[in-house]
Amino acid sequence: MSRYFTDRLAKYTVLICATTSFVILLAIAIFIFKEGFPAFQEIGVFDFIFGDVWRPGQGQYGILTMIVGSIVVTVGSLLLAVPLGIACAILLAEVAPYRVRRILRPAVELLVGIPSVVYGLVGMIILVPAIRQIGGTGFSVLAASIVLMAMVLPTIISISEDSIRAVPPTYKEGSLALGATQWQTIRKVILPAAKSGIGASIVLGMGRAIGETMAMIMVIGNSIRLPLSPLDSARTLTGNIAVEISYATGIHEDALFATGVVLFIFIMILNSIAIIVLKRGRHAPTVT
Amino acid sequence: MLKNKKWLIVPFSIILAAILIISGCGSSSDSITEAGSTTVQPVLELIADKYMGEYPDVNIVVQGGGSSAGVKSVSEGTVDIGAASRELKSSEQGLGLVEHVLAKDGIAIAAHPSQSISGLTAEQVVAIFSGEITNWSEVGGADEAIHVVAREEGSGTRDAFEELVMGDALIIDGATLLPSNAAVRTAVSNDPDAIGFLSMGYVTGDVKALDIDGVAATIENARNGSYPVVRPLLLLTKGEPEGVVKEFIDYCLSSEGQDVVADEGYIRID
Amino acid sequence: MRRPSPKTTQRLAMVYIWSGGFITVMILLVIIGYVVINGIPELSIEFLTTPPRGGLSAEGGISTVIVSTIYLVGLTMVILVPVGILSAIYLAEYAPDNRLTRLIRYGVETLAGIPSIIFGLFGYALFVTVLSFNFSILSGALTLVCLLLPTMIRTTEEAIKSVPYSHREAALALGTTRWQMISRVVLPTAVPGIVTAVILCVGRAIEETACLYVTLGSSAGMPTSLLDGGRTLSLHVFYLAMETNAPEKAMATGAVLIITIIVINAITNWFSARFQRKMKGVS
Repeated sequence: MSRYFTDRLAKYTVLICATTSFVILLAIAIFIFKEGFPAFQEIGVFDFIFGDVWRPGQGQYGILTMIVGSIVVTVGSLLLAVPLGIACAILLAEVAPYRVRRILRPAVELLVGIPSVVYGLVGMIILVPAIRQIGGTGFSVLAASIVLMAMVLPTIISISEDSIRAVPPTYKEGSLALGATQWQTIRKVILPAAKSGIGASIVLGMGRAIGETMAMIMVIGNSIRLPLSPLDSARTLTGNIAVEISYATGIHEDALFATGVVLFIFIMILNSIAIIVLKRGRHAPTVT
Repeated sequence: MLKNKKWLIVPFSIILAAILIISGCGSSSDSITEAGSTTVQPVLELIADKYMGEYPDVNIVVQGGGSSAGVKSVSEGTVDIGAASRELKSSEQGLGLVEHVLAKDGIAIAAHPSQSISGLTAEQVVAIFSGEITNWSEVGGADEAIHVVAREEGSGTRDAFEELVMGDALIIDGATLLPSNAAVRTAVSNDPDAIGFLSMGYVTGDVKALDIDGVAATIENARNGSYPVVRPLLLLTKGEPEGVVKEFIDYCLSSEGQDVVADEGYIRID
Repeated sequence: MRRPSPKTTQRLAMVYIWSGGFITVMILLVIIGYVVINGIPELSIEFLTTPPRGGLSAEGGISTVIVSTIYLVGLTMVILVPVGILSAIYLAEYAPDNRLTRLIRYGVETLAGIPSIIFGLFGYALFVTVLSFNFSILSGALTLVCLLLPTMIRTTEEAIKSVPYSHREAALALGTTRWQMISRVVLPTAVPGIVTAVILCVGRAIEETACLYVTLGSSAGMPTSLLDGGRTLSLHVFYLAMETNAPEKAMATGAVLIITIIVINAITNWFSARFQRKMKGVS
């Protein structure tokens, strides 16, 4: 077999392999839309998305409560994770001495590696009874937000840290030379310069939060209602799919795929925003 | 290149792949898969263990998932046996499934052991679970909000409960929904204000089974009919069972299988 | 109202920043500490080698779960590694700046952001139902391959790209074909980086739950073939937590998981550091 033949063969093989990614993406989109479409047809897109009663036994399929559940939990987790994460990122990038960084950075990496079920387990065993002391059953949006915060934190920290580091040192030096304190420099010069990276980290964290499933099932109570207080239980879009897919048939099953479609579109929008935010940052004018 | 030992990864992974694929193609002909009701799951696991002890060539796999999942899986051929803790619904009648009644089981209404009341009337049960009654003090207990725990919609236990107890009333939206009898029991045993329904066979000292209309939730009362909430535990097959599946089902319905049923707190039917 | 002096804000800000780091470490310690401390007492050789008894008090151990996990991850990697490496080679070495390449990159980027449960739905629709693989290790593995492909491609592509250009030039100057250059020069140099990518994917495969929840089934038995269902360690933790009254077993399984992940992390870091050093050592 001549080496030229191998070369040609290799060229086409790698091309085919590379296209698998796009093919898989296409296949996912096709399957989910195909299975979900009958649900949209029969239930009606508006009723499906804005209906607030989900009782498959009674033939009612409205996912508003779950959309709200997902959004509330995500926003809650970000409200907790963003201040914390940015603080930690600043610490790692600007403030901490070498010895502290050597402990802190591996710690953050370790947080990334912990499986979601372990977060859910600890949430179930520690958080839920603790929240029950305050009120409600303990299975609550609050518990879910806290668990999600822990999961989203490392994403925000590491990407924000990277973007803070990427700020040209001249910015910092200029500010300090003008007599600003370290915090004034951070707040008014460095952070705004790193804005797009931090923004991207938040959006990515949001994506991870909306997509989380197992930990949510364990602490959120899976009730089908609008959570009016942080102590209320609720259900997320992802939890809805996972809990009911094993036994859903017919239009119910289609409705679950339709829920997947809604989730899919949400994530696509979020991802596109992230890409735009990141790109804008790269093209930001630099001051010499 | 050949001296670089890292290229050993290539033949090694091919051999590994071959092993995996060959072992994968090895058919496990004498195997029975089951899925479905979490009520049936523990007793079926024990019967299966006993059966596999006597017939070591057969491998029986018992899973959960809920009654509706069991019905769906067996009708789609994903498993050999489906287990349901309720009657088949009218929408499920045309699927060609054959029912084998394994046992009968009561559904207990359970609360935390520290709960002061010892029983409820049937109307109170309906009112609590539908959200009309929201405080324990309205039924004779302490002044605390009632935390309703229920099963997810695919549960046979829930379906049976809704049919036998709730009637047309719907379970309250705010109920905590859990995926198995065991999860309900855990939740109720951890929360002094909780109330939930679960299979009588699952009741242990962790929870307190409440009387309904004065009738204690015991197996005896379920058997003699005085306790009203009783449902069949079904093993379902697609069409008539054959081969090892038939032998296993026969075993379940025989006195050996039924002994296990009785030991576990269910009602034998032989 | 008096504005606080810059010195005061500086001090307050430092408090804020340091407590950020402190709380983060605390969270990590609480989670890992709680699971490990509660789980280690349950851990024993017996725990690792007996199958789970099932039942509500969850006697038994996790032997079948460990075997299922190994089977699942093994099968996933057998498919993932070749496809991932070849795709990365294309992107790093061959891809012209045309529409097809942009499409492929878009595919990889987007796939990376899709949540695991959607892969689960896809796997359920395609592998479990349409292709009739049912709930099996095969279905789970194929789903995992789809999920992990972007990670594998990205990390491998970086490894390949960091091979210095001089290597490639030297090979081509000697008259090799492109594929010869890649297979005999670039790839062997990039091997530690590729191994890093592989180990990274193994780690992610072990901790995955959502997509396997709907494709693997919930059987806790010993899998005898690739068409059997099974449970991974992560899934077992979930089932133990939701279905039994035995938090210690769940903790113990969680401890096994965490220790495994820590070890995998450490190995990845070691390999990655070695790769960096290797690359730096070459001009």
